[in-house]
Amino acid sequence: MEQLTTILLRAVFVENLALAYFLGMCTFLAVSKQLRTAIGLGAAVIVVQAVTVPLNNLLYRYFIAEGAMTWAGLGHLDFSYLGLISYIGVIAAAVQILEMILSRYFPNLFQAMGIYLPLLTVNCAILGASLFMVQRDYDFAESMAYGLGVGSGWAFALITLAGLREKMKYSDIPEGLQGLGIVFMTVGLMSMAFISIAGFEF
Amino acid sequence: MKTRLRRALVTPLVDENPVTLHILGICSAVAITNSLYSALVMSAALTAVLCFSSVVISVIRRHLPHSVRIIVQVTVIASAVIVVDEMLQAFAPTTSQILSVFVGLIITNCIVLGRAEAFAAHNPPGVSLLDALGNGLGFSLILCTVATIRELFGSGGLLGREIFTSAAAGGWFEPVGLFLLPPSAFFIIGGIVWLIRSYKPQQREQAEFEIIATDSVRNR
Repeated sequence: MEQLTTILLRAVFVENLALAYFLGMCTFLAVSKQLRTAIGLGAAVIVVQAVTVPLNNLLYRYFIAEGAMTWAGLGHLDFSYLGLISYIGVIAAAVQILEMILSRYFPNLFQAMGIYLPLLTVNCAILGASLFMVQRDYDFAESMAYGLGVGSGWAFALITLAGLREKMKYSDIPEGLQGLGIVFMTVGLMSMAFISIAGFEF
Repeated sequence: MKTRLRRALVTPLVDENPVTLHILGICSAVAITNSLYSALVMSAALTAVLCFSSVVISVIRRHLPHSVRIIVQVTVIASAVIVVDEMLQAFAPTTSQILSVFVGLIITNCIVLGRAEAFAAHNPPGVSLLDALGNGLGFSLILCTVATIRELFGSGGLLGREIFTSAAAGGWFEPVGLFLLPPSAFFIIGGIVWLIRSYKPQQREQAEFEIIATDSVRNR
């Protein structure tokens, strides 16, 4: 149990996917203009990460890894080269299913998330989390903690940046730096703040 | 016709650079630019995947039903990335380890899918190839610029060769550790964006608010 909390906390703060590994940057920079949409997208990312990382974990452990198919008497097969294409398939399918469930049972939430939900398929934070999970060889419980952690961490960073950008709207920024330029600088400063957390041991 | 071809190749370099104007493909631009070598490998890998997928998607563009096009495009891109990844693992295992998951993440690099959607899906293969090459080179240009600055000032060398003799070895140069840390990439890209936009004002974003002096300020 203690180990799971460690994985979760590390994924949120120390190994924050947005600010330490820079995954999902395109969405991160594009959707952080308004606090409201940022909160919606953040929630969507938490759900998608918490679903896809454990799913990909099962897929990896029982089908893709070398010798994983022993349960079917096919222990000599190694499908690891199919890893990438399977993970992205699972992610696309999970996003699609989530979209259907939301539109059927939670239409309000679905409306709020709008176009950001389908875009999550091509968000590198989602695929990146699954790839890190495989690389670190997490078991099922660990992968659940990790998925929840990276999702929350990414959402946390996104919402913080959106809050900062809303405040910055009224500041007097040099012309060429307005918009994208100043956002880069802001993210750089945020990332420096997060690096200072990296020294903590959880 | 010739000018159109040239335009497809040249405009993405500075005028419509995918990184600085469209904010695409930032993830890898920031994450692996702490050494010029990995930036070069990444650039080559991305350009290869981009050219391959653009040509394939352009060839099948008339046979592709609209509703399933995204998933087919992602599959084409993923296949190309797998080939690149396997080749790196086979012929350059150490490089493959340095780049770790970032080769796999080319699949979700917005430049690749973005060009497939925005250009290759509506244009013949020849132009699509040039457009892909142009965008790949535009991305590589930013990537290598950032990597050069970071490696040069962060460690005083380039590609493992020493350029500034460091203070520890009796020279004058004190390596700036910040340049090897991730935040510096943001500052450098932000600076490049600022530079390009000061030089080309038409790329500037429309300001949402204008700051004007009101009476209460003037009379103070």
